[in-house]
Amino acid sequence: MKPTRTLAALAMAALLTVTACGGGQTPAEQGPQPLRMTIWTSNEAHLKLFNEIAAEYKKTHPDVGAITFDSIPFESYTTTLTTQIAGGNAPDLAWVLENSAPDFVSSGALAPLKGELGKAQGYELADLTPAATKLWEQDGELYAYPFSTSPFGIFVNDDLVKKAGQKTPRELIEAGEWTWDNAVAMNAAVAKEGKAGLIVRDFDYKSWDNLASIWGGWGARAWSEDGKTCGFNSPEMLEAMTFLHKAIFVDKALPGPGTTVDFFAGDAAMTITQISRASLLDGAKFGWDLVPLPAGPKGDYAVIGQAGLGALKKSPNAAQAIDFLAFFTNPANSAKLAAYFPPPRASQLTTETLAKSNPLLKPEQLKEVVIDGIAKAVVKPSHIGQAELSQTVRAELDPLWKADADVKAVLDGVCAKIQPMIGA
Amino acid sequence: MTLTRTRETTATHRAVVSPYWTFRRRDNLVGYLFIAPQLVGSVLFVLLPLGLVLWYSLHEWNVLAGTFQFTGGDNYTKLLNDPKLGEVLGGTAMFSVGLVVLNLSLALVLAILLNQRLRGTTFFRTLFFSPVVVSLVAWTIVWRFLLQADGGVNGLLGAVGVDGPNWLRGETTAMVSVVVVQVLKNVGLNMVLFLAALQGVPSQLHEAARVDGAGVWTRFVRITVPLISPTILLTSIITVVGSLQVFAQIAVLTQGGPGLSTTVLIYYLYQQAFQFHHFGYGATLSALLFAIVAALTFAQWRMRRKWVFHES
Repeated sequence: MKPTRTLAALAMAALLTVTACGGGQTPAEQGPQPLRMTIWTSNEAHLKLFNEIAAEYKKTHPDVGAITFDSIPFESYTTTLTTQIAGGNAPDLAWVLENSAPDFVSSGALAPLKGELGKAQGYELADLTPAATKLWEQDGELYAYPFSTSPFGIFVNDDLVKKAGQKTPRELIEAGEWTWDNAVAMNAAVAKEGKAGLIVRDFDYKSWDNLASIWGGWGARAWSEDGKTCGFNSPEMLEAMTFLHKAIFVDKALPGPGTTVDFFAGDAAMTITQISRASLLDGAKFGWDLVPLPAGPKGDYAVIGQAGLGALKKSPNAAQAIDFLAFFTNPANSAKLAAYFPPPRASQLTTETLAKSNPLLKPEQLKEVVIDGIAKAVVKPSHIGQAELSQTVRAELDPLWKADADVKAVLDGVCAKIQPMIGA
Repeated sequence: MTLTRTRETTATHRAVVSPYWTFRRRDNLVGYLFIAPQLVGSVLFVLLPLGLVLWYSLHEWNVLAGTFQFTGGDNYTKLLNDPKLGEVLGGTAMFSVGLVVLNLSLALVLAILLNQRLRGTTFFRTLFFSPVVVSLVAWTIVWRFLLQADGGVNGLLGAVGVDGPNWLRGETTAMVSVVVVQVLKNVGLNMVLFLAALQGVPSQLHEAARVDGAGVWTRFVRITVPLISPTILLTSIITVVGSLQVFAQIAVLTQGGPGLSTTVLIYYLYQQAFQFHHFGYGATLSALLFAIVAALTFAQWRMRRKWVFHES
């Protein structure tokens, strides 16, 4: 045998050994099949609740193997998930964040759910609010269950606000004066005292979609409803971003770029975030409140972040995964999950249901922020090809985060770059 | 009887004339068996992925939709027309040149300083080498905190009355920061290699030159540099190749920003493939990176005859 042929044979043998490991058995032949769900939370309380629901499901479904919840860090969640899919290691079920919803829904990666959920006993599919399911639908079919519909609110450190000689946001709400102008003045006063003012959580001068919680007050949008026209150069956006730029660099009401401050450690007056972060205030050593977003020039508004739960179409256990999804999100379990994730079910969006599972929050806080918020909210920006769009917008917005920035020129620059990407 | 003898003779003759398992063949087989594990590893984990990358670069692979379509040279046409690529390659060149120049010169200076028989030399050698063994991500995260607007670096500058910049938010300062953080992490490795080379320079040559009236600089340029030139070649190849593969530092410190200022080629291909789901185009960028690394290494190898001692 020639040496080259020997080498080729050796390489081929090694390859066959590796590929043979894949096996060719069908699920039925292999006995109980495990299910794996990727999620972004690693919070112990959340995981405990998930595991309890899974254990209950397994009692009536001995044909299902272990059900595991695979936590992936939030920052790299979608990248890790798609890499797993590319590597042939896709989960059976996956949380999908709102910013990648259009990509997942339109690509056909997720299995349709409407038929199975409609058939599930006592599921009450019609109870899901259309506002919550809108992002997860295409051509009348539902591709993910709107697992969490979480409005943005403002957590306030009342102690710091009072120490700076300011009225609390609660007092301003009662006086009908809870506006962005007053909120910025209040945060600027706290910042003068040495602590930080307002933090837009998770923004860090990079994740700009979180700014929707501010520019919504001006009626501004990243792009039009149909996603085809850039909204960054609209007069509303210019006004909102000019206001924000001044609040950061002139009033110093928000900590500038390159600084890290933790509201939950008591170092800042306020933070804009979603209510699921309330758990971080358990045992807080300062007086706090949760209030809705202040009114902008266009009046009251609300913004929500969403996460959907879908079954991967390609999973060999897709049918079983959908069955588990139907159990995991049925009315009884949805009520339990409401402790952390505001439910999409109209019947459960009541102060009573939410108060039962959110002991840290007062009924009026839940009503103002969650129930009223969901009713009028717009979802954070999302678009097909969001990751690339998001990265382009981030790069173009970078020059804005300097004291001498030309706001209009920067915003025009954003549209110059993204309009060709989104235009029909 | 005669027939039998004839057959035996023929068989013996054949055995003598052409035995298949000659000593040479057996020797070769043993040799191949010895290198087989390494060879199989290289084929499976180096050559096969390399071939697959080139194969993927001829396709459009939509991971979410699960489609994999042959598109021929489309990705290469896209590469030529990519409006961001020029800026990315410019940034990559700036990063690599900055890194290589700073790393090699600092490593050489440190090696010369630590090549003295003085008290405390061992301590300083250990000190400068220790970042090499520290976890890369931990090292970078600590530097991210130090380089913040209100971080340790500006705190130190403030103590001496200097108002430091927002290091990771300015286009130039972000690039400088990434280069310096990377140099400080790895300069110890090149320093050790230079130190070993310097200790191999015979002291008699220096003494003879000194007797002939050669100054410190002349002795360094005429004696030390030629004798350590093989090490300079080695370290420059390692550092150039390494500089094109710096990923974690960029991901942790700047995520390619501000703007595209620190988006080097490897980070750009990661974004294209894993964040934007353009796996085919990502593979095309990988092919470009491979070509650049191969060309630079080849050029350095060819140029060695001009300046590396013992190589002419």
